[in-house]
Amino acid sequence: MHPIIAIILNRLVLGIVTLFMVSLIIFISIQMLPGDFAEAILARAATEETVAALRKELGLDRHPVLLYFDWITALMSGDLGNSYTGRGVIGADESRAVFDLVAPRLKNTLFLASFAAIIAVPLSLFLGITTALYRNSAYDRIMNMSTLTTISFPEFFIAYILILFLTSLFPIFPSLANVDADTEFFERLYWSALPALTLTLVILAHMMRMTRAAIINLLASPYIQMARLSGATPRELILKHALPNAWAPIVTVITLNLANLVVGVVVVEVVFVYPGIGQLMVDAVASRDIPVVQSCALIFAMTYILLNLLADIIGIVTNPRLLHPK
Amino acid sequence: MSQEPNTYSALGEVGAVSEKRSLWQRLMLDLRKAPMTARFGMIVILGYIILAVFAPILSPYGEAEVFPEPYAAWSAEHVFGTDQIGRDIFSRMIFGARNTVGIAVATTLLAFIIGGSLGLAAAINQSWLDQFLSRAVDVLMAIPSLIFALVLLSIFGSTVTNLILIIAVLDSTRVFRLTRAVSLNVVVMDYVEAARLRGEGLWWIMRREILPNIMPPLIAEFGLRFCFVFLTIAALSFLGVGIQPPTADWGSMVRENASLIMFAQYDIKAGLTPLLPAAAIALLTVAINFVVDWFLHKTSGLRDEQ
Repeated sequence: MHPIIAIILNRLVLGIVTLFMVSLIIFISIQMLPGDFAEAILARAATEETVAALRKELGLDRHPVLLYFDWITALMSGDLGNSYTGRGVIGADESRAVFDLVAPRLKNTLFLASFAAIIAVPLSLFLGITTALYRNSAYDRIMNMSTLTTISFPEFFIAYILILFLTSLFPIFPSLANVDADTEFFERLYWSALPALTLTLVILAHMMRMTRAAIINLLASPYIQMARLSGATPRELILKHALPNAWAPIVTVITLNLANLVVGVVVVEVVFVYPGIGQLMVDAVASRDIPVVQSCALIFAMTYILLNLLADIIGIVTNPRLLHPK
Repeated sequence: MSQEPNTYSALGEVGAVSEKRSLWQRLMLDLRKAPMTARFGMIVILGYIILAVFAPILSPYGEAEVFPEPYAAWSAEHVFGTDQIGRDIFSRMIFGARNTVGIAVATTLLAFIIGGSLGLAAAINQSWLDQFLSRAVDVLMAIPSLIFALVLLSIFGSTVTNLILIIAVLDSTRVFRLTRAVSLNVVVMDYVEAARLRGEGLWWIMRREILPNIMPPLIAEFGLRFCFVFLTIAALSFLGVGIQPPTADWGSMVRENASLIMFAQYDIKAGLTPLLPAAAIALLTVAINFVVDWFLHKTSGLRDEQ
């Protein structure tokens, strides 16, 4: 078998094991909840019998191992369980399936994240490569200062600065992202412009700096020195000699930052009241709607793991040394 | 590395009494060479420390003192006005320095104690302990820390102790990785082997042989980790699950006064009010980043002079 396939298979298996462990951790930590859901749903005044009955109805009285296997097999078939909100008294069950709650919001979040990524990725690559080429110039120093500054800003600071200027002082964009399933594409772009812009600024600086560092690191290696001494032009140096080896670090940088984007989305969605999965999770945490928290956490973790796995695999596949084994 | 072959004389070197500069002298020399950004950073950090330590003396009013007029405009009595229930925002900002920064410092220290010692132990041991810890850290790091913190806080409740413990444990994973990676280079050195053969214990080797040699990257990491922890806590407080009222904290202050921003057209000062605590957070992290940047440039091999 080609060594690359073996390595990739190895990573895939590791990724699946990690996912399994993560689901276990999320499940166990939620099992440690003081009291339990039954008590949390019913008011404090509930009698012991009502609590016991609800516990039985929800299936909470069984062994935790059984609960875990139930949960995980249901997950495999796409059933995320039922939300606890809307469940007032026993019998009157108006709770909704978590899947119905999560699915449309997940779509919104993915839209927002890809919107931000489509702007941020090419821009940061361009800035990273040019600052690496003209390093220590005035351009590089200004970019260095400003990216260092934006990295240090909390997401909500960037968001509110944008709101202050683009909504409050100069009403160009709306401050609340009023998006639903029927919103048309261009209208959707308009409504989610500010959140997307915030996210772009959040990840741009990181991505740019890491790209710059990767390229500079590479330019210092002996074979580049050799190429330079043998008379390669700067353009040849970058395109022919440096880039083939730089793809792995650059792609890793991009995917890692997209993974960060997944987290940045939570705060940004809350600021702009964007109906995405991050906001859903924060609300569910506040109301202790455990099935929703569980599902959201799992979705976030899954995206994060998959992106990291992707970074790993792309790094392996584009590594020239592995591509041509002796 | 500058070599000046012309001025070198073996006799002179042997003859000269080698004088070691004192710590203070070295410090002053370094400071004089520090770039503007680093100096600015250090001054800002010093300012925050003073604010945090002398908060009760410096602030005009108490942390949770309520005045009759909510959302008061900026005036001589209330420099930055009052918040939604009539507390003086300026005073709360000063107390925020103590609470927000203090909690972040405690969390970072705890993360370094846990992650640093486990990382050192793993690097020295390199067998089952290393395997076990590294795999555990892999799994923990596979969950984004903000998400994991949200889940854990919703379970254990948002008290300050829980906040510190949860974030410290989650962040110690990154400290563990770094410490382990840099100490792996040191563990293979002969003097560590010599210490081992001499019969020194794990604790001695960790503290006396390895730790002094991995200090620079760890110190830089401390600064960066602090920024990360600080921003995470601010984000959690902003989301309403971090530091709870009535404790003055910058993250939740932004959230509480956020609606004022829409009045910027009529009164720019009101519009700026919610940005002040956020700016306080940003200023400190910028300052630390500047200092760390300079420090890294000074100590690490990652120079880009060519």
